[in-house]
Amino acid sequence: MSAGKAVVRPGTVKERADLALNDDFLRKAVRFTTERLRGGKQKAAAEHGNWDEWRERGRQIRLHTIAHLDYYLNLFADNARANGVHVHFAETDAEAVKLSLAIAERRQAKTVVKSKSMVTEELHLNAALDSIGVEAIETDLGEYIIQLAGETPSHIIIPAIHKNRYQIAELLSADAGEELLPDTTILAGYVRKKLREKFLEADIGMTGCNFAIAETGSMVLFENEGNARMVTTVPKTQITLMGMERIIPSWEDLEVMATLLPRSATGQKLTVYMSGITGPRREADQDGPEEMHIIIVDNGRSLQLGDPEFQELLNCIRCGACLNACPVYRHIGGHAYGGTYSGPIGAVLTPALQKNVAEWDDIANASSLCGACYEACPVKIPLHDMLVYLRRRKVESGHGNRMESAGMKGFAAVAGKATWFKGAIKLGQLGQKLVVRNGCIRIKAGPLKGWNSYRVTPSLPKQSFRDKWKTLSGEVQAEAMPLSAETRSRMEQLVREREKGGGGHGGHA
Amino acid sequence: MKVSLFITCLSDAIYPRVGEAMVRLLAKYGVTLDFPDVQTCCGQPAYNSGYWKEARETAKTILHAFEDSDFVISPSGSCTGMIHHYPKLFEKEPEWLDRAERLKRKSYEFTQFLVQVLGVTDVGAVFPHKVTYHPSCHGSRLLGVKAEPMELMRHVKGMELVPLPFAEDCCGFGGTFAVKMADISGAMVAEKTDHVLETDAEVLVGLDMACLMNIAGHLRYRNEPVRVMHLAELLYEGVSR
Repeated sequence: MSAGKAVVRPGTVKERADLALNDDFLRKAVRFTTERLRGGKQKAAAEHGNWDEWRERGRQIRLHTIAHLDYYLNLFADNARANGVHVHFAETDAEAVKLSLAIAERRQAKTVVKSKSMVTEELHLNAALDSIGVEAIETDLGEYIIQLAGETPSHIIIPAIHKNRYQIAELLSADAGEELLPDTTILAGYVRKKLREKFLEADIGMTGCNFAIAETGSMVLFENEGNARMVTTVPKTQITLMGMERIIPSWEDLEVMATLLPRSATGQKLTVYMSGITGPRREADQDGPEEMHIIIVDNGRSLQLGDPEFQELLNCIRCGACLNACPVYRHIGGHAYGGTYSGPIGAVLTPALQKNVAEWDDIANASSLCGACYEACPVKIPLHDMLVYLRRRKVESGHGNRMESAGMKGFAAVAGKATWFKGAIKLGQLGQKLVVRNGCIRIKAGPLKGWNSYRVTPSLPKQSFRDKWKTLSGEVQAEAMPLSAETRSRMEQLVREREKGGGGHGGHA
Repeated sequence: MKVSLFITCLSDAIYPRVGEAMVRLLAKYGVTLDFPDVQTCCGQPAYNSGYWKEARETAKTILHAFEDSDFVISPSGSCTGMIHHYPKLFEKEPEWLDRAERLKRKSYEFTQFLVQVLGVTDVGAVFPHKVTYHPSCHGSRLLGVKAEPMELMRHVKGMELVPLPFAEDCCGFGGTFAVKMADISGAMVAEKTDHVLETDAEVLVGLDMACLMNIAGHLRYRNEPVRVMHLAELLYEGVSR
């Protein structure tokens, strides 16, 4: 396996979810933090006042940029090169890894300090660096904890969301060789002191990229801990890895993103540190790298271009709001999704980046399609629809579950004809006599096994609605009041408007 | 003016009382519903599972059933929401696409029709009970039916409406999700039920029998005597006292 290939966690999404469902620490920790973040986001959006208009602005900026991605990427690369940045394009994960390792080797690097970057997680870059004897040190507190634990992030912005402070104190105590109290100030203080030395001795600073500004060839980082600023000012070499879709046209557009991203991510009005970096250190600069590289990574992203159902996926600004809003993520955490990206965005992005390969698509089933992700998304990506499209593509490519396929054929046959449909209800009314006790069905077998493990199923009443209708319609005709002239004219007006193409009354945005 | 009832398969087979409440309540406002007998299911189970060919076969029965209707009223935001997917489902079949667009424009969820079309917010109901309301995801989020049920409930006399904590969270039904991902769905319905019990309400009310069947099933599993009703039933019971 190449260093860059996605690591599939063992088992199915269902099996991984069961592990999480049986882990009370994890569920409590995830609930606690997602609730805090979700509440913060809702408050920040409400206080903003024009949230939905800004979401729409954000969406339009992203739609426009992605529609003209080749143009803006070239503009960005030209401007960044004019600033003295070495710009590289990597079509695959393996190429991105190769480029990064070549720079590290040429600079004879021993250590790399990293600020938080999901794209380097996607590339499994730490393991690759380790394989050539270069130590990679994560400097974001959450990432540092995850690295110590030998795990991967379980949330896009809160990598260690699944751990509570006692578990974290345990990990950090082992690292320190002394017992640290489970107090956030003490724990953060320990990591800060430890990382200070690492910053000073590192040969390379490695970052991700929140936004790349095409008009000036600059890259922008959002963070709260100040570690990314250290990473980009202390070491002599900087390597930035960015997904090819991170581009926005101008600094003016950044204003919209800077309004949407922190509020959606954590409920903050402003991120604590926002750094805009335009090229390596110039003579007059106090600090900054002597050499700066930006590696622009495709790795499956361009597969979405020109795909009307998935292109909007590239609009994502990686805020994590969909994870915090998701009632499934809340119960199973991030690792259950099996890929680098978790939650609703991960459930779509992971298979999409892998060309919708069938073995990935079972993640798309881990959603009740409630739409909370879409509602939370600052750029209105219709993730709930995309999950359905993934399921459809799996079926259409012949990878549907055989039992389910047979079931659906049966469903279509019954529901495709009213006489059959009526017959099925009749059959149910008669057949259920075998299993109904006290008006309900409790048997945990066959298709009812999973459902009845948590619920009691109601029995079918003797008469369906259509059975009742014969008598009901007569009774209602007799007792109905007349329709008022006013209501009738309003209804007629609505019908007329509709014929002219109007008559909208709410619905899918 | 032909106003038709789209009963939905769950209300047809399991909860005919919901359809009856709707029919009788609307009759008070001069709307005598028509019931095309050839209707079946909206096709959502197949659509959401990715079986669009099967979903189209089913959807055609609905398109056919309501061809001549001026308004189509359903006791489910989710099944009405499915009709909103029909244009996508038939995007490559022009003759069906046109019919799908027409059906979408004339389809209403029950409270949408009552409030937006009939202009009714006070049905004159009296319901002296402590009630909590679960806003189902598809109705509230995707169809945008949020204000209508609140307006209707606000006017019910004697009723104490207790806010449901984390009301907007999905109950865990999700159609085939509840069968395929039974344990995740079970965790979700357990949490939703905990919140319902926290309110101390005697009655849980909603606008979608699928979600309500899910929560009611779990309440019964835990032997909790909370009564579960569709808002149409509550309103009709409230005016029939």
